[in-house]
Amino acid sequence: MSVVILVDEFDGKVARSTGELATFAARIGDVTAVLFDENLLPQLSEFCIDKVIVVSDANRNSPAEVAQVLSQIVKEKSPKAILVTSTITGKEIAARTAIRTNSGIITDAIDLASDLTTTQSIFGGALIVKARVQSSCAIIAIRSNSVDIDVTKSSPGIERFSGSISESLERVLSVEMAAKGNRPELTEATIVVSGGAGTKGDFGPLEEFADSLGAAVGASRAATDAGWYPHSSQVGQTGKTVRPQLYVAVGISGAIQHRAGMQTSKLIIAVNTDADAPIFDIADFGVVGDLFSVIPQATAAIKAKKP
Amino acid sequence: MKIAVCVKQVPDSWVEKKMDGQVIDRLGVDAVLNDLDEYAIEEALRIVEANSPTGSAGSESGHEISLICMGPERATEALRKGLSMGADNAILISDPSLAGSDSLATSLVLAKVIASGNFDLVMCGTESTDARMSVIPAMLAERLGWAQLTHVHKLDIDVSKSYAQGVRSTEIGIENISADFPVVVSVPDKINVPRYPTFKGIMGSKKKPLIIKTLDEIGFAAETVGMLAPWTAVNDVIPRPPKSKGIKIVDTGNGGNELVAFLEEQRVI
Repeated sequence: MSVVILVDEFDGKVARSTGELATFAARIGDVTAVLFDENLLPQLSEFCIDKVIVVSDANRNSPAEVAQVLSQIVKEKSPKAILVTSTITGKEIAARTAIRTNSGIITDAIDLASDLTTTQSIFGGALIVKARVQSSCAIIAIRSNSVDIDVTKSSPGIERFSGSISESLERVLSVEMAAKGNRPELTEATIVVSGGAGTKGDFGPLEEFADSLGAAVGASRAATDAGWYPHSSQVGQTGKTVRPQLYVAVGISGAIQHRAGMQTSKLIIAVNTDADAPIFDIADFGVVGDLFSVIPQATAAIKAKKP
Repeated sequence: MKIAVCVKQVPDSWVEKKMDGQVIDRLGVDAVLNDLDEYAIEEALRIVEANSPTGSAGSESGHEISLICMGPERATEALRKGLSMGADNAILISDPSLAGSDSLATSLVLAKVIASGNFDLVMCGTESTDARMSVIPAMLAERLGWAQLTHVHKLDIDVSKSYAQGVRSTEIGIENISADFPVVVSVPDKINVPRYPTFKGIMGSKKKPLIIKTLDEIGFAAETVGMLAPWTAVNDVIPRPPKSKGIKIVDTGNGGNELVAFLEEQRVI
């Protein structure tokens, strides 16, 4: 029995999340990876992958085209499951593949067992749901940062995708890569430092602190609405959901909508002047104080520890 | 131009949500129009207003905005809110056999209604605040064979050219994309600020057509209803184990150092 995973390819790189999909897939059966950029083949040997299907005549950025590829693979190979990363386009690909193959779909899974039972965390982390798709193939979108990657190296066999794909109906006029800088991507980062209304628009000290930890920088809705930080960095119900090892909420009071996007982080630290801010209810460590003195002091202390 | 806006009634997102066995408790809490659908209604109204000889929506505009919803009969309350914002009419598909439907069934039912309505645009919010899967717009595009402009925080519609263009921000980057009608569009909350219904709007909404239809009435044959059975079974719903109470200190000049000491103790650094 095989499980098909969709390789996450961005900016000429195989994203780390691909290794997580391979790790989950290997719990169930043989792992077949679907890859669009052939140049990335060598990077796949870092993960436990048995076979790679290379697709050349389709656009990896078009959910409609990728769904056609995956559904043809479902028809030919009858895999037990298709695993994709639970991102905006990942979920759209999963959605369209589910329709094309008449398969059940689960999104935002944070764990996957060998019997295909998924775990999801809902209502901002208040409840854990265990569910299972009943159709012969399960389409499952899994959030990144859900598992430690199995780094067993492999030398996968290669197969060429031979189906024909009809072009998607949308025209992409231009793509501007998300500004990456030197910081990790928000949903993939193991440490996230976020700022809110308390920053009063000055993210400088917080960015310096984030950089000392190699962290991604996020923001609350209050901060993005005020134009202090890009909307693409918003963490919360209507922004991104993150689940890092460490989440540091700086000057964020912690409304339900913000907590929905970060509550399942493994460790939560909060810095806020208001001792009654709801963020302290879910923080493992809270500092009641002025972020403009606490954060620079913390940055200096971390830098002092580094050789 | 005919615009359909897909909306959902959800438990109020400002109150704590609960489960009733294995489904979301929808009876014990206030049910409201999904917050995120209001942005889709607002955007539809703005498109019509920009292309109306009178500058306003309604029958004189030459355009029509229909709300489409699947849900229990009390979802008419959510639809009335959308009508009071300015939509022209609403259709609610309500059928006992749809209770517990998953996204596959929901998209099948919505697509059936949309396909029979001769629409140019379908507008959706990016997700419902209860299920939060964010898959319905892409599913509708797939089922209808239409283009999708999803998660667009900027949208330009050229009615004379039957053309839509939008800007979306995803993990790929910032994409500028376009498509010809018919198109499924989903819009996030940063696209606009939804209007509050006016008193006149609320009074007027009571006279606007709101039709409730069963599956049979929208043309589902009895044998196809079986296709609507959910493909996903929930085995267990467990409250998350309560978080042990964290440490809270008051900064007296050493807060930053204490924070770093905690990180060391937790082996984060």
